Amino acid sequence: MTLLLKELSAGAPANADKAPPYWTMRRRDTLAGWLMVLPQLAGIVAFVIVPLGLVVWYSVHEWNVLGGTFEFVGGDNYAALADDQRLGPVLRATGLFSFGLVVLNLSLALFLAVLLNQKLRGTVVFRTLFFSPVVVTLVAWTIVWGFLLQDNGGVNGFLNVLGIDGPNWLRSGGTAMASVIVVQLFKNAGLNMVLFLAALQGVPAELYEAARIDGASAWARFRRVTVPLISPTILLTMILTIVGSLQVFAQIAVLTQGGPETSTTVLVYYLYQQAFQFHHFGYGSALSLLLFFIVLVLTVVQWRMRRRWVFHEA
Amino acid sequence: MRLKLLMYGVLLVCCVPFVFPIWWMATTSLKPVAEIFAFPPSLLPGSPTLDAYRQVFELQPFGRQYLNSLYIALVVTIGTLAVSALAGYAFARVKFRGAGVVFVVVLSGLLVPNEVTIIPLYRMFDAFGLVDTHWPLILIPMLGAPSVLATFIMRQFFITLPTELEEAGRVDGLGRFGLFWRVCLPLARPAIGAVSIFTFLHSWNLYLEPIVFLSSKQKFTVPQALTQYVDAYGGPMWNTQLAAATLSALPVLIIFILAQRQFVEGLAQTGLKG
Repeated sequence: MTLLLKELSAGAPANADKAPPYWTMRRRDTLAGWLMVLPQLAGIVAFVIVPLGLVVWYSVHEWNVLGGTFEFVGGDNYAALADDQRLGPVLRATGLFSFGLVVLNLSLALFLAVLLNQKLRGTVVFRTLFFSPVVVTLVAWTIVWGFLLQDNGGVNGFLNVLGIDGPNWLRSGGTAMASVIVVQLFKNAGLNMVLFLAALQGVPAELYEAARIDGASAWARFRRVTVPLISPTILLTMILTIVGSLQVFAQIAVLTQGGPETSTTVLVYYLYQQAFQFHHFGYGSALSLLLFFIVLVLTVVQWRMRRRWVFHEA
Repeated sequence: MRLKLLMYGVLLVCCVPFVFPIWWMATTSLKPVAEIFAFPPSLLPGSPTLDAYRQVFELQPFGRQYLNSLYIALVVTIGTLAVSALAGYAFARVKFRGAGVVFVVVLSGLLVPNEVTIIPLYRMFDAFGLVDTHWPLILIPMLGAPSVLATFIMRQFFITLPTELEEAGRVDGLGRFGLFWRVCLPLARPAIGAVSIFTFLHSWNLYLEPIVFLSSKQKFTVPQALTQYVDAYGGPMWNTQLAAATLSALPVLIIFILAQRQFVEGLAQTGLKG
């Protein structure tokens, strides 16, 4: 009907004196669409695109804040990046933290989600308990763990009752990184658990029934039915957790200040020290670009690899 | 039956590292200083006292700082909802020239966490004289990179609405904004809920931005204030820190427990599902 009318108005010369209205539906939609995305677009330009350009600009300059000088130095900051003796350990700490956190977080979250997906009474209570750290203020959560992990703190106190002499968790090289990972693990595992639980509830029960009839063991059912069917959620949580792990800052600043030595100095913390404690804004900008590059590569690689293992694109 | 008992056992053990710190935080804040490192550790305060809570308000303008965090988080949440609902709706349902390019530009925000741009953001707000004000903590999350995930969730939600809905609205003479406001937005409650929750928590938890942008105690936010309770040697005053931490965590925790169904299911059922 509308198509017919359109054809009539477009094709019939009898209507030629009645010019079509300028504000056609398409034009109106274009105007409305642009108006609607305008705040978001302006925000992204002002707070993402322009700053990203400025980071590049700053990174080829030497900026002395106290002296008030701003000189072009070309690739000097990048050369400094290559020469920086601390950068190797910083990248190693960043990789260790991200890898440890992602593996532990996704395994624990999936394990808990599978447990809660069984027909048990009281799963809602457990779900609430596992999720509650997500809503606790991040720094509050970090402070109480910092208190628990003191040399004479709660964890060692309870270990002592069992006759075990615990280490000074946050002050010894071997345990500081593990401690920071564990603190972050329990803060956010509940979030991924909830996402996994929603995905698990979407797996049709008939598939498990069919697999059981075929004689598949519980592990085989998990490996061959569950994992492929929830793989889109695994991909999503993996990307979100990796990007989130690269942003870790408050936990490091509150728990270890990057120490002992530089064992927990991750890239964002190092960037903060260089820029806002030592006022090396040019070098800090080069570090920022390195961080951006890492986020970009990891995200693109995962997105590319999804075809290999993610079952049916949603 | 045995399997069930085993599962309950495993669940209970797993609960400890999630729940015990919260318990420890609340109970330690009620212990007198002499008790907090007592051995063997006690699960309940022997002689409970509110001294630490008194100190929280004596040593810093904590009430003011609490209010700062609260109003910033609320403004950011409402602002993000407005920005992301409009943009998400346009990307999902309005066919307009340039939509594809704009969408890619906006999505780029997902790849540029604020940590990457914190140096120029600091210089920009400094140039406008807005350092040591709350403006950066409001404007950046509401319009910048953190709002992109919200827009994406909104878009994923609006895409699922059937086209017949809007056609019916058109017959009733509604324009684009009418369709958005009267027809689609009222249906978007799950997406609005999810976006509100994680936007509020994101703002409430911010730490890097406040310590970069704010320098006067009157303007501090809660996470920043928590770490400021230190003794003359710079060592943490544990019971005071934990009292302030408890004050910052309990209200959100209580709201969460009361509304946990909407909380958890809202988050799980929106675009986050992928």
